[in-house]
Amino acid sequence: MSGRVHLGMPAFPEAAASATRNARLRGNLSHATGTIRAKRAQAVAELSDWDALRAAGAAVKDRTLRHLDHYLERLEEAVTAAGGTVHWAADAAEANRIVTDLVRATGETEVVKVKSMATQEIDLNAALERAGIRAYETDLAELIVQLGDDLPSHILVPAIHRNRGEIRDIFREEMGRWGRPAPKGLTDDPAELAEAARLHLREKFLRAKVGVSGANFMVAETGTLVVVESEGNGRMCLTLPETLISVVGIEKVVPTWQDLEIFLQLLPRSSTAERMNPYTSMWTGTTDSETADGPRVFHLVLLDNGRTDALADTVGRQALRCIRCSACLNVCPVYERAGGHAYGSAYPGPIGAILTPQLRGTASELDASLPYASSLCGACYEVCPVAIDIPQVLVHLRERVVEGGEVTVRGQRTTIRPARGHAAERAAMRAARWAFDHPRALLAGQRLASRTRRLHPRRLPGPGRAWTATRDLPTVPAESFRDWWRRTRNVRGEARGEGGGR
Amino acid sequence: MRVALFVTCVTDTLYPGTGRATVDLLERLGVAVDFPLAQSCCGQPQFNTGYRRETEPLVRRHVEAFRDYDHVVTPSGSCAAMVRENHPRVAARGGDAALERVATEVASRTYELSEFLVDVLGVTDVGAYYPHTVTYHPTCHGMRTLGLGDRPRRLLENVRGLELVELPAADQCCGFGGTFAVKNAAVSAAMGADKARNIENTGAEAVCAVDNSCLMHIGGTLSRRGSTVRAVHLAEILAATEDGTERAAEDGTRRSTR
Ligand code: SF4
Repeated sequence: MSGRVHLGMPAFPEAAASATRNARLRGNLSHATGTIRAKRAQAVAELSDWDALRAAGAAVKDRTLRHLDHYLERLEEAVTAAGGTVHWAADAAEANRIVTDLVRATGETEVVKVKSMATQEIDLNAALERAGIRAYETDLAELIVQLGDDLPSHILVPAIHRNRGEIRDIFREEMGRWGRPAPKGLTDDPAELAEAARLHLREKFLRAKVGVSGANFMVAETGTLVVVESEGNGRMCLTLPETLISVVGIEKVVPTWQDLEIFLQLLPRSSTAERMNPYTSMWTGTTDSETADGPRVFHLVLLDNGRTDALADTVGRQALRCIRCSACLNVCPVYERAGGHAYGSAYPGPIGAILTPQLRGTASELDASLPYASSLCGACYEVCPVAIDIPQVLVHLRERVVEGGEVTVRGQRTTIRPARGHAAERAAMRAARWAFDHPRALLAGQRLASRTRRLHPRRLPGPGRAWTATRDLPTVPAESFRDWWRRTRNVRGEARGEGGGR
Repeated sequence: MRVALFVTCVTDTLYPGTGRATVDLLERLGVAVDFPLAQSCCGQPQFNTGYRRETEPLVRRHVEAFRDYDHVVTPSGSCAAMVRENHPRVAARGGDAALERVATEVASRTYELSEFLVDVLGVTDVGAYYPHTVTYHPTCHGMRTLGLGDRPRRLLENVRGLELVELPAADQCCGFGGTFAVKNAAVSAAMGADKARNIENTGAEAVCAVDNSCLMHIGGTLSRRGSTVRAVHLAEILAATEDGTERAAEDGTRRSTR
């Protein structure tokens, strides 16, 4: 029933434009992001050493990424020594195949899931469903998305685009088809909604033999995986089932526990504006004691899916520092108005705009439009707890879109061609550059514009219409600054450097 | 002290009043300012849209035009940010170490107007008179890339006759973003409408900023909404004096086109 996929979505501008016309969506989003934005700012302001923490977080991630092969091997050794099994998946298809085979081998046809971005990225639920295995999302917001046959629209709060009334309707209509129905007379009171979800999920936890998760961090020195959450539903999935399968991006490794300490401060404050998140679950391999909690069988699927290609890009690689806190989404004015679905992947908002085109490439119209889904206002960079210069990466990826160039695809250096559909823009940019590099020509153009200024239309045709639909044009002045200067300061003839570009 | 004005292509072509106001202001403060005619555009539209190779010749031109000056002053937060942050990067990516070196030098001597006034000249009271209610919009590049902080506000607070009113959600982007305004017109317009509404709600007669490109978007949005609030560049307010030089008014460039 997880039939929705991101395939065949329109480019960002079209999807975003229709979202801006959806008043309810905009209301839900601006309310939700506005609230969390203010709380985050408060939680961060409490720490006098936030800037140092942020710099340390970025430095640890950078060092780890520089020696990623080394730390991954250490991690594999440690996980194996603790009784787990490590699998390497080069791409989504391979990861899905590995997980499907592992579940099949248990003989089960149901799994319970901890909220996980990596499994959203590879669309694991759909792959399992094709194999006759049903995956139950147990995070409250993921549950809402799954029951509503919907797509997540936020990293932390996948159902952020829904309000309480919509959630009540989804619970009432859909819960019965998936298991225990919603209680009769369910209202949109948050406590009642949470209770309905608790009852619905409880039977799944008690029945499940296989759990599937991601991880926020993997500590290389001991092979320990870490999941950070608010609800405790993740802990149920991590401790009750006999078999646990974790799918984790290779960039999630940190060398030591000491390094982890930095991120356990950065993440909750950035993400939920909490000093500390309610549940932090950590596990190292398997448990063999009858009485202990935790899986008897543990599989770790390490996912590449474009990450080593991104790592090869000296500017773009900083995106791999991301700890998926979603602070950049919450402050992004474009996300707030476009909504998460317009980004067409599991990763919406500013991080999606720089990560998706690196993981999937820029060949599709949607992926090529993502680096442009930003006014470059820099609010994301300002809040990012690992100091990813998102505007810098956006502009870098724009260059890749319009100029093409060298990229790494599946480990091979390749030269890609500029994306299609930019010919007119390229010509305009070249023409503008030529004029700007020939100030005499620029001056002539300014004078012509000034002489004809009474004739200028108020609404522009073609691409200019996008401007004049909602904004008046400035009137062209009678005299440019350049001409005023020449006239009043008695500059005659051609001044130094005024001729053509050298 | 050799001071050059980098007027920016937008101000040169569309808002010369801001350029004249900057010259007036600096000369009133005793600064002899030069306008190197070889200057044109910092390449921000090209660079931010992804055309790095088209940007490089403009970086070269800019650096040549300004390399001999002690200080370069510009009435634009985003162009100052482009020069400071991206000119060295463009040169480095193009593999031109010599250009990168000079670009870094020029960048280190480039100031947005309020920075130049407060940090270099050490003035916050420039002797201006502007008897209007004004709200201030901190532009993104000025606020985040340059870290202008309260410099523009301190300058405004010392203008006689001026009443400064708080702009709600001031730190929110106005939605201009260069080619973003056209490529993602719907989102840009939605952001602009929210900004305009917040400006109107202050009851101010004018909204002030340090960047004419943002003001073009904000002013164009306000005027299309039939609003009476004027968009005014900081330089024009600071240049205005009691004996009646409000240069922007002569210009008429910000009047509605309707
Ligand atoms: S890019 Fe930074 S702010 Fe955005 S989700 Fe990742 S870590 Fe958080």
